Amino acid sequence: MSQLEIKNLHVSIGDKEIVKGLSLTIKGGEVHAIMGPNGTGKSTLSKAIAGHPDYTITSGEVLLDGVSILEKEADERARAGIFLAFQYPSEIPGVSIANFLRAALQARLADGEEIDASGYYKRLYAKMDLLKIDRKFTSRAVNDGFSGGEKKRCEILQMAMLEPKVALMDETDSGLDIDALRIVADGVNTMRGPNLGVLLITHYQRLLDYIVPDYVHVMYDGRIVKSGDKNLAHELEAKGYDWIKKELATAQA
Amino acid sequence: MKPPTETDILPDSAEAAAMENPAVGIDQSAGNFSYNMEYAFDAGTGLSEDTIRYISSVKKEAPWILEFRLKALKKFFSMPMPTHWATKDLENIDFQKIRYYLSQGQKPKRTWDEVPDDIKKTFERLGIPEQERKFLAGVEAQFDSEAAYSNIKEIVSKQGVIFVNSTEGLREHPELFKKFFGKVIPTGDNKFSALNSAVFSGGSFIYVPPGVKVAQPLQAYVRINAENFGQFERTLIIADEGSEVVYMEGCTAPKFSTSTLHSAVVELVALKGAKIQYITVQNWANNVFNLVTKRGIAHEDAEIKWIDCNIGSRLTMKYPGVVLKGERARGEVISIALANDGQHQDTGAKMIHAANNTTSNIVAKSISVGQGRSTYRGVVHIPKHLKGCKNNTECDALLINTNSRTDTYPAISVRGDKNSTQHEASVSKVSEDMIFYMQQRGLTEGQAMSLAVNGFINDLARQFPMEYSVELKRLIDLEMEGSVG
Repeated sequence: MSQLEIKNLHVSIGDKEIVKGLSLTIKGGEVHAIMGPNGTGKSTLSKAIAGHPDYTITSGEVLLDGVSILEKEADERARAGIFLAFQYPSEIPGVSIANFLRAALQARLADGEEIDASGYYKRLYAKMDLLKIDRKFTSRAVNDGFSGGEKKRCEILQMAMLEPKVALMDETDSGLDIDALRIVADGVNTMRGPNLGVLLITHYQRLLDYIVPDYVHVMYDGRIVKSGDKNLAHELEAKGYDWIKKELATAQA
Repeated sequence: MKPPTETDILPDSAEAAAMENPAVGIDQSAGNFSYNMEYAFDAGTGLSEDTIRYISSVKKEAPWILEFRLKALKKFFSMPMPTHWATKDLENIDFQKIRYYLSQGQKPKRTWDEVPDDIKKTFERLGIPEQERKFLAGVEAQFDSEAAYSNIKEIVSKQGVIFVNSTEGLREHPELFKKFFGKVIPTGDNKFSALNSAVFSGGSFIYVPPGVKVAQPLQAYVRINAENFGQFERTLIIADEGSEVVYMEGCTAPKFSTSTLHSAVVELVALKGAKIQYITVQNWANNVFNLVTKRGIAHEDAEIKWIDCNIGSRLTMKYPGVVLKGERARGEVISIALANDGQHQDTGAKMIHAANNTTSNIVAKSISVGQGRSTYRGVVHIPKHLKGCKNNTECDALLINTNSRTDTYPAISVRGDKNSTQHEASVSKVSEDMIFYMQQRGLTEGQAMSLAVNGFINDLARQFPMEYSVELKRLIDLEMEGSVG
């Protein structure tokens, strides 16, 4: 069983510190939700773990199965088992989803090893059936002209094919209607199991009605300020984030 | 003659890679080798009337050809370099330091066994005999100034198709040759067409009889082996009424420290209802000045399509054109250019509408990597008195790095109100976010770049024959490897 350990992580963009000492351990089989108001560093956290060059990790550790990933390039982290489902996935004109995924899987093989084409398509189609995705979908260019829902579906399919150890899902629910939200939730629920740890980053409780988390964390001003189970999400829904802010202010006073 | 000694310019590892991958020879590293040769025929260094007389005499040409050449030489000397619109880099060509004619003989062999060993080895290394067996109707392999090998499958020659080099064409089919030679591209079209007309050697002469559809492509492979050399092949393709032919040319040269000049003239004539497709994969080493004039005339209901891919060279200036002379004629230019560090791809297309209801289509895509520069120049001309003419022009440029450069100079003159044209242009950059997205899926930065570039040209690459598009992809992967970081 895999685990991702984040230890006292500090992340800056330029001179500005965004994540200010965050610790969290995600074990295989667990779904953690991070909630919090806008601008508290939720997306920064996920991009920094994935290795985006704009984000500087100034101190702290991120270990995947006990091994630090911070010295690795983004692609090495991906191949080690970190998957980031993007809030705004990029478009890659002219590259079909099928070819893109094939290249991504090929990149995981040793030099000189060729991916088995028929085996690959068999697996791709099996995953698509599982996620109820139409066969024609993978001949389209990656995210090129896709609706919001199609982009998320594309992210979920990639996640299913790449079988990461840890999936970081960055505001996967933003801008989705209820049908698209169901697609994402069904996909994640299908993949849920001992081999996958999930970090769900979300602004709203709504997604958590469909993907029920094991743990809920509230992030505020670059740190986790409160943790609990799924009921914490309901509490936040009822009372809003101001309640947390007040509690914090009292504690600090 | 001394036995040839092999000099390789590449380090061992790269040479090994070149040997492993000789497929179509558009991988530039695969072409980077040369053999020390002693040439039986050598016009020496520099350009004068004597050079011309030497070339003409070893070819045993008819007097009218010598006259044609000498007139062209005068024209060449009288014309200025076109640097008022083109790059000043042209001024770095020293015409008196170039060798204008090098060959082992004027008659190509019909079987590979007869080809001298060192020349045969060159083409074997580039994979030409293998391709010939696999999917070509005929091959002509030019080594420096003359074709070393030329052959056409019997089934094709029985249909009356002529496929020889220009020297043989002039000797054996003078009437046919003379009728069309220099008619599509006159000597004085530009300074380099004049130069070619003076010193031309090699290139193909093809005639396809009425109604004959050549099922497999004919291929020419042009190879520069010698240093300080100028290669000036001259190609003339005539597709008679209702016939069809596909012609492919590939080219490589070793990378010498001094520059090399390649200046070809290609003339196509598609008579009524004929179809010509001309495919070029240019992968010269990046010390080659590649200054080529290509034009076709499409008669009534005829179709000429140029598929042009420029990856190598130091400077390429090439604007394939079609003169749409007959009603309902169609012209098309599909062009891919990739300019890496130290390279300038100055390419484009010309469409001259000269009859009613003619249509033309130009799709040009360029990729600039590092400090590479790509330029698109296009001319579309539809005069006022015509009606029902249509043109579509699309040019898209992709910039890989912030210091890459692209320029677009479209000139579209459409007179009258009974014609239509549409023009679309775009410049895009491979964004950091796109690369990060792909890296997050496990691709290295170089692999991500390759994939982005291959995606950009994907719709055009599909128009290439299978063997070429596979190689094209592989070549782009190679070019992208060193472009990041």
